[in-house]
Order: sequence, then structure tokens, then C-alpha cells
Amino acid sequence: MIGRLWAIAFNTFREAVRDRVLYNLILFALLIVGASVLFGQISLDINRIVLINLGLTAISLFGIIIAIFIGIGLVSKEIEKKTLYTVLAARPVRRWEFIAGKFLGLVMTLMVNAGLMSVGFFAAVLYVSHGLGRADWPLVTAIYFILLQFVLITALALLFSTFSTPIFSSIFAFAIFALGTFAEDLRGFAQMAHGVTRWAMTFASYLVPNFAALNVISQVAHDTPVEPRLVLLNTAYVVVYATAVLTAAVWIFGRRNLK
Amino acid sequence: MAAIEILGLEKSYTTGFFRNKLKTGLKPLTLTVEEGEVFGCLGPNGAGKTTTLKLLLGLVFPTAGTARILGRPIDDIEMKRWIGFLPEQPYFYDHLTPLELLDYYARLSGVDARERKAKVARALARVGMGEHGRTQLRKFSKGMLQRVGIAQAIVHDPRLVLLDEPMSGLDPVGRREVRDLVQELHDEGKTIFFSTHILGDAETLCDRVAVLNKGELRGVGIVDDLVREVKGDVEVVWTGAQAVGPIEALGARTKITGDVLRVVLPEAKLDQALDALRQNGARLTSVTPVRATLEDYFLSKIDDAKDGASADGAHATEVRA
Repeated sequence: MIGRLWAIAFNTFREAVRDRVLYNLILFALLIVGASVLFGQISLDINRIVLINLGLTAISLFGIIIAIFIGIGLVSKEIEKKTLYTVLAARPVRRWEFIAGKFLGLVMTLMVNAGLMSVGFFAAVLYVSHGLGRADWPLVTAIYFILLQFVLITALALLFSTFSTPIFSSIFAFAIFALGTFAEDLRGFAQMAHGVTRWAMTFASYLVPNFAALNVISQVAHDTPVEPRLVLLNTAYVVVYATAVLTAAVWIFGRRNLK
Repeated sequence: MAAIEILGLEKSYTTGFFRNKLKTGLKPLTLTVEEGEVFGCLGPNGAGKTTTLKLLLGLVFPTAGTARILGRPIDDIEMKRWIGFLPEQPYFYDHLTPLELLDYYARLSGVDARERKAKVARALARVGMGEHGRTQLRKFSKGMLQRVGIAQAIVHDPRLVLLDEPMSGLDPVGRREVRDLVQELHDEGKTIFFSTHILGDAETLCDRVAVLNKGELRGVGIVDDLVREVKGDVEVVWTGAQAVGPIEALGARTKITGDVLRVVLPEAKLDQALDALRQNGARLTSVTPVRATLEDYFLSKIDDAKDGASADGAHATEVRA
């Protein structure tokens, strides 16, 4: 089973790499170098804040876009092109293994992508700060939270991919991401509402993934430490949420007639 | 042991915006394919051939009925180690090379890492693609992809190979090579189940065939036995041009070569033709039975589904064509 999962995951990763997905790294590199040089004229503190904000937001956004655009095709493209016939029809591959392998493959792609971006990002921070120390640890936490965001959005895109067309899947995924970014605001609005509206808004605010809690970019840019408790809670939240979403994806895909 | 046992397998789909229309993909089908057989599943487009394969392979779920492959239920995932499948008009991960693609499939089939490289190379060589192992699939023609498709179906040395329209997209040389390969696999003791609408291939290769039409099994058996069921035609040769009119009135067209006239008629009209020749003073030279082909059987089964007289007319025309 592990061998099959790895084979599917690696094939997904290899496909993304050969489809030149990692070319976004060039754009990222230009952005970081440009920002470092451009803001290098300003005072050291502001330069650092801008660089961290810009760098981490870019790592996050580039990854989210890749996750959605590849994720929405992970299953639907395979059905449309009939490539999964040769995998599921005559190989001892269970449908849940296919979903899990695809998920792991895309997460692996995003991790490698974010890892390479992070190297560039830390090099830029080193350049503007003239050193890296213990005070920079929150940056690692922020990147870890970005990776957790990727896990969530990949699971969601994959779920939509099991029953919808790529266009609708991308609309759903971007909408959920946007809503999730304002999840905490939604909860605030819910408290101000009454009756059924309050109940519905509260339900919706807890149903959408809480991307807001996974965004500590502004906090770390201002050197505010991240509580270890938040790391633990966010990790547990993403594991539970992504598992639930993937279970739904497996449930839907497991019952689908692949006509 | 039977390689495939199908017991009342049936598939209906709901269609329409409200999913309130029922469409039958396959009416209850009962069929057995013995191990070591080359079995052809024939039928026009939409007959239910691909649906049958997809049901057997777990790509779609049956509305009713069951099936067993190599003695195991079709939902037994371990059974799939022993089967190979070529889908119709296969499309593969085009970012891969054939070597990578077959290695991927061999991994998924659980082929031991020590044997994998050799098995991949052998499968590619068997379909004549040994020299193209390192070229990305996106650069391949349809025929080359079909060959790679066959290679992936046999890379893990399966006991049962299911091929959906294996000759599709191949030129005459390629078709001949695939026929030879199927024969080789048969000689190795493998069971081959393939769907096709190219009847010549089925007649050449198959031990037995089944004819499907509109989701229904119309006939099954050994090719020679099935062909014998068809009332054949007869060729009548004579001299004496005055009989041409009455003979053509029976619905056949006469061919004239010098003084010799010939016509091919359904056997049922032979007596009428002979009477016409006698009454017009023609001199009978020969009456020869024309051997029915699998095509005649196939068309007779397809025509059964059409409406009476018009179907008979169409049949006669198609058979002669």
C-alpha cells in the first residue's frame, strides 16, 4: 500500500515539475531581489518589515494559486483524459489510495516549492538584517502555517475535483479561500446578528476553513512571537479539517461511476 | 476454472436534468469465458461492449448481478494483480516516457523491484517500441500510443488481458502485429477478452465470440458454429441471357462475363431461380454455396433488432456489399 501511495504521489509531483510549475520560482526570485534592492534605500527596520510581509505573502499566494490550479484537475483531468482507467481498472489500487496519493503528491510539490522560496526568502532577510538569529524563529513558524494552509486548500481543491468541472472547482476553491481568510470576521458578524441569521452565520463561519488563524505574517513581521499553543492548535485543526475533507472526497469518488 | 463468469450483470443510468430518465447500458448479461480462451465481444457502437468491460473492472458499478474474474469477485482488489487492460483510445500521462510509464504501472501492480526493469523492457520490445523508450509520450502518434497501451496491459505478466478495441488507430502493419501478439499471448496460455467491431480480426483470432447489440446479448458461441447458423447464399452460373430479367426480379444483380452469367442469391430463393432458368431455356452451369462469414452472422443478429421487412432488405444489401 505504501509503495502504491508513493508511486502515485511521486507521479503527481513529477507531472507538476515537468509541467513547469516550479517556474514560478523565477518570478518569486525577481520579486524578492527587487524588493530587497528597492526598499534597501529606506531605513533598516522598515525594509525588514516590508520584505517579510512581501516575501511571506508571496510564498503563501504563489502556493495557494498552484494548489488550486493543480488541485482542481487532480481527479477531474484524470477522468476526462481517462488516464485513471489504467490505474484503477487493472491495478490493485483502491480508490482511496488514488485520492491519498494525489493529495500527497501535490502537497509534496507545494512543500518543495515553498522550501525553495524559503531559502531565497531567508537569504534576502539575511542580506537586509546582516544576520539571522533566534529572533527570526517566528518566521519559520509563519512558513509552517503557510504550509498548513496549502494542506487545507489542496484537500478542498481535491474534494471539488471529485465531483465538479475544473472551472466550477476553481470558483468554489477561491471562494472558500476568500471566505476562510475572513472566517474570524464572519464570527464577529454572526455575534451581531439575531435569530436564524445568527445561527446560519455562526454555522458558516465554523464550516469554512479558518485561514485567518493560519496567517501570522503581519505579526512576525513586527517581531511579535507566536504562542506555542497556537502552533499546536493550528496543527490539530488542519489535521482534523483536512482529514474530514479528504474523507468526503474519498466517499464521493468511491461511489462515482467512471463512465 | 472460468477466467470470467458473468451472472445477470446489468447497468442502468439515470439521465436528464432531474435524473429522472432511465437509460439502459447493459441488459442482464450472463456469460462465461474459459481460461486460455481468446474471446471476442462484438457489437456496433453503443452495444454495451465497453460498459461490460467497465463493469468487470470496477470502473462503474452494476445495477444488478454479479461477476467473478479468475474465481474472485470483481470487487476483490487483489485479483487485479492478474489482469491487464487496454482502454479504448488510450491516453496516458504524456509527461512520461514509455519506460517511466511502464515502470509506474509495474510498481502499482506490485512487480518486484528486481524484475521491474527487465519486464518493462520486454513489454516495450514486444510491441515494437523498444527504441522509443526514452521519448516523452506527448510526441507519439496515435498508433504508437496504442502500442504503449498494449505494453502497459501486459507489463506485469497478467493471466487475463482485456482489450477494448485493440486495433483502433493502427495501420494494417500495426494491426497485423497486434494480431500476432494476441496469438502469442494465447500460446502462452493467457486468456484474452477483447471488444471490437472489426470482424475480420475477431474471426481470425477468437475461439468464441459474443454479439451484443443495444445492451443485449444476441448470440454467443464458437465462430464456426455461429456461422453455420446463418442461412448462406448460393452462386448460380448459367448461359442464356434471356433469363436475366426473371432472375433479377428475385432481387439480385447479374454479373455478365462474355456468355457466362452469374448471380448470388439467398439460398431460400434457389428453387425460384432454377425454375426461372428452366422456363427461359437457359443452360445451368453450376450452383455453389457461398460460405457465410462472421460478418453475415453479426449482421443477422444486429438486423434481428430492426423492424421486419426493412431490416431484411438492409441485410441483403449489406451482406452483398
